[in-house]
Amino acid sequence: MTLEAAVAAIRERFGVEPTGEDPKRPLDPRHLVLVVPVARWVEAARFAQETLGCRYFCHLTAVDWKADGFDVVCRLENLQTGLGLTLKTRLGRDAACPSLTDLYRGASWMERECYDLFGIRFDGHPDLRRILLPQDWEGHPLRKDYAVDTPHPPYR
Amino acid sequence: MEVKAPVPQVPPPEWEEFKDLQEWVKYRQDRIDGDQASAAFAALADRLEHFPGGWLMVTSTEKIFNWARKSSIWPVTFGLACCAIEMMATFASRFDVERFGMVPWASPRHADLMIVSGTVTIKMAPMLKRIYEQMPDPKWCISMGSCANSGGPFRHGYHVVKGVDRVVPVDIYVPGCPPTPESLMFGILKLQERVAEFQKTGKRSTPGPPTD
Repeated sequence: MTLEAAVAAIRERFGVEPTGEDPKRPLDPRHLVLVVPVARWVEAARFAQETLGCRYFCHLTAVDWKADGFDVVCRLENLQTGLGLTLKTRLGRDAACPSLTDLYRGASWMERECYDLFGIRFDGHPDLRRILLPQDWEGHPLRKDYAVDTPHPPYR
Repeated sequence: MEVKAPVPQVPPPEWEEFKDLQEWVKYRQDRIDGDQASAAFAALADRLEHFPGGWLMVTSTEKIFNWARKSSIWPVTFGLACCAIEMMATFASRFDVERFGMVPWASPRHADLMIVSGTVTIKMAPMLKRIYEQMPDPKWCISMGSCANSGGPFRHGYHVVKGVDRVVPVDIYVPGCPPTPESLMFGILKLQERVAEFQKTGKRSTPGPPTD
């Protein structure tokens, strides 16, 4: 799928214009960014998988914007045509995000990691528990409000 | 210009709150006082010492034991991070600590020395302690590099143990990030001096003034 066709498909489906990562540069098919509301998160991923052919789940992470909530960012790629789509959505401070594990099996560990470090709950995830930190860890360390010098018994 | 508010810090807890740290101090004290077998041996040696000429035997056997101990310190191969690369270089042919009688051994049950080479995370600390406890007495521990000494550059990370001496008792601290093989060898030689003064009671020699 060419860039023009992808942009047209996104515009038709979501009514927004996909941006590039750098607004000063011309639109690059490898770096399309699509911002969707949480309600259309799964729909956008399914659209990317089925219509744009992005079958490769590259990564999923989050950004903490303090009072404004979290950005969940995931990147999907079509390895045949070189199309790369970055999906973004904005969550409230305590809101949950729908899980993409039904569409992409690779999303499972990424979402567990995101839950582990940011404390974002993913609804519909089959096995949402910590993946990196010990199971009895308190708090989510990549949040901005996490105090880094929190003592952890027995070794502080 | 926006001034960033400081990250909320947890106030440092009082000393009494660290039950585990106190247990650690107690554990360390037990290690210094030695175990029961060593104490029995010490009592026997004390009796023997009062016989005519007995002191000669006691002191010379102790010296022979300590010579044997210090000439065959077997470290357990326990690499945690990038310091382990330098540790491997120290074990390898160029620096060759085998001439000190050191054989890196892949089992804690046959080892005398644990070189903690690298960052100890909170998740790793119980495993490290278990490996240390699997080693038979007498045993020693070298803390290699800034991370193992104090947490190093990751000291303020959320997951780092701020010094391996909060987990196991440490005999020699080797500074550096990472220490060169020469530094580690110097630390090993210092440990050999320490082992040569190892007493029959199992007591560790108190760290004296620096020799040079």
